[in-house]
Amino acid sequence: MLEIKNLHASINGKEILKGLNLTVRAGEIHAIMGPNGAGKSTLSSVLTGNPAFEVTHGEVTFLGKDLLELAPEKRANEGIFLSFQYPVEIPGVSMVNFMRTAINEQRKYRGLAPVSATDFLRMMREKKELVEMDNKLTNRSVNEGFSGGEKKRNEIFQMAMLEPKLSILDETDSGLDIDALRIVANGVNKLKSANNASIVITHYQRLLDYIVPDFVHVLYDGRIVKSGDKTLAFELEEKGYDWIKQEVEGK
Amino acid sequence: MAEDILHEVTQADYKYGFTTDIETDIIPIGLNEEVVRIISAKKNEPEWMLEYRLKAYQHWTTMTMPDWAHLNVPEIDYQSISYYAAPRTNNPKSLDEVDPELLKTFNKLGIPLEEQMALSGIAVDAVMDSVSVKTTFKETLAEKGIIFCSFSEAVEHHPDLIRKYMSSVVPVSDNFYATLNSAVFSDGSFVYIPKGVRCPMELSTYFRINAINTGQFERTLIVADEDSYVSYLEGCTAPSRDENQLHAAIVEIVVMKNAEVKYSTVQNWYPGDKNGKGGVYNFVTKRGICKGENAKLSWTQVETGSAITWKYPSCILLGDNSSAEFYSVAVTNHHQQADTGTKMIHLGRNTRSHILSKGISAGVSNNSYRGLVRVGANADNARNFSQCDSLLLGDKCGAHTFPYMEVNNETAVVEHEATTSKISEDQIFYCNQRGISTEDAVGLIVNGYAKEVLNKLPMEFAVEAQKLLQITLEGSVG
Ligand SMILES: Nc1ncnc2c1ncn2[C@@H]1O[C@H](COP(=O)(O)OP(=O)(O)O)[C@@H](O)[C@H]1O
Ligand SMILES: [Mg+2]
Repeated sequence: MLEIKNLHASINGKEILKGLNLTVRAGEIHAIMGPNGAGKSTLSSVLTGNPAFEVTHGEVTFLGKDLLELAPEKRANEGIFLSFQYPVEIPGVSMVNFMRTAINEQRKYRGLAPVSATDFLRMMREKKELVEMDNKLTNRSVNEGFSGGEKKRNEIFQMAMLEPKLSILDETDSGLDIDALRIVANGVNKLKSANNASIVITHYQRLLDYIVPDFVHVLYDGRIVKSGDKTLAFELEEKGYDWIKQEVEGK
Repeated sequence: MAEDILHEVTQADYKYGFTTDIETDIIPIGLNEEVVRIISAKKNEPEWMLEYRLKAYQHWTTMTMPDWAHLNVPEIDYQSISYYAAPRTNNPKSLDEVDPELLKTFNKLGIPLEEQMALSGIAVDAVMDSVSVKTTFKETLAEKGIIFCSFSEAVEHHPDLIRKYMSSVVPVSDNFYATLNSAVFSDGSFVYIPKGVRCPMELSTYFRINAINTGQFERTLIVADEDSYVSYLEGCTAPSRDENQLHAAIVEIVVMKNAEVKYSTVQNWYPGDKNGKGGVYNFVTKRGICKGENAKLSWTQVETGSAITWKYPSCILLGDNSSAEFYSVAVTNHHQQADTGTKMIHLGRNTRSHILSKGISAGVSNNSYRGLVRVGANADNARNFSQCDSLLLGDKCGAHTFPYMEVNNETAVVEHEATTSKISEDQIFYCNQRGISTEDAVGLIVNGYAKEVLNKLPMEFAVEAQKLLQITLEGSVG
């Protein structure tokens, strides 16, 4: 589904990703862990086409298409979704209007007619229940006045609405209490199928108790330096990242 | 519907920029007493009207262009403009006699003049250059005693009303452009709503500039007698031309005891091209008076067009307990300049005014809010609340706020709040990541920002105005 080869990317002339490789197949969940500043959010920004970052080298294919050629909105409409580490507030734009626009853009991209009002409202209701989101939140402007946890929950709500093929969750767990974490993870698990895949970026092993990954990768200094199964996550939790550092620098 | 918007958005240009090829009766350029006489004669005006014009002209020759606004207005050569241009087929008795080219033009602008095709519930006075082409639903309205006709017709058929109310709100000597208008005004609309009548339809005037090298100087007068109500909408467009064109209008509104007038404008004169070439100079004096107790006047404006806008729809709150509102969205892109706002003059007791101004600037444009709130010595318990918000798209544009307050009564409460915000790249990217293009994202955010004002427009026009905002800001981000 997603194939990243030797990806280099920089921001303001500073190289952050330094030759990253990763392959994700349909049905898989990949966890990416790594110390602060390793380049995890940079990877999610680059995959989704954030214009602040410059890809200097490498290639990325998504479902056979050259992803780096596509505008950010096209990537989204191809089925890539990012749950932002820091979701922004958009005052004045109601959640309802925002969601309807997003859904209809996606439908248009796929040659479908706009969603009917009844179908849309039904979807809203169902997905809200899925992430146990309060009605009053969807009546507000996008993320405006939401608490940190509410913003994260809103990201998963949007993910549920848009049903992406590849979802990237960038530290969706940070700032969530244990109940919220369970709800969010539950949402992610319910959306899981043989046809879609997820990249779960996290600091903590605890999320992986709920979302069980098929692979765990360690991102360190712009590269994936170690991959393994879910036991790697426990190892990291136990030992921290210093041993990775030593391993990498020892080489 | 979303399709339509997208289609319009992808063709970024001003879409009303076409010209109508029609025989035009146009007088030579230049301005002098003789020209004023010619205009009056062309309109078959009575002697008193000619005298009024001549007096205005004489006074105008002693005046100079105002320069206090935050605008960079190039020198205007008033002798290089033609002051009268009219489509040749004047005075049609019925729709069959209206030149098909004109009907086609207004159809193209989305203003069908055939009553059976018209937007339901809206009567239109269509003005091209210096004359009114056709007023729809005139007969239907007349049954209720409502007068809705061109200004020229009103001078002929309702001279008493015109003599009584014309210049009662905007005096002939009010300001440079108003005085110029009083000398050479061409056409416009006249509305009279009799006592106790609620006007059953939206009334609207559509102004179209077509002829080249001309100025448009129209006048509108609305009188709402006691206990009456009317909602009125004005729209305007002009061809895309490299030369600047001058538009100096006057709107006067008289609101009697317990009456209410809602006046809405969607101003979309040609703004000039991306490099600031061409465009309409829009120098307009709009003022109303709440003459009796409990009178209510509300101005709503969506200003997206014109190279330069100089405009302050105002209200004199004379009647006790009268109230006025000013809701404005002014958008400037590329090289456009706007200096717009309002004046609220509180004279009566318990008078209230509410100002909500939303400026949106992009490109290298300049957008200023200028507002005066004055409370007279007798205006006990006067209340004003002003909210002025500026939204910046990019960092080469300017937004300015010039609030003036003159409070001469201790019991008055006058409040002013102002905010400035910016559309951030993060907001745009967030929308992009949800599949929404940058143009659509700007449209969403801007329309969200302007929603409170757009909601004040009559329904049919709110949708149009939303699209217009988005189109005006085409290519302003990213
Ligand atoms: N806008 C920016 N300008 C300059 N440096 C940046 C910017 N964004 C991120 N960085 C730098 O890129 C590196 C990687 O950041 P990031 O991808 O956010 O790390 P992570 O998500 O793994 O914590 C850090 O050193 C960070 O300081
Ligand atoms: Mg991060």
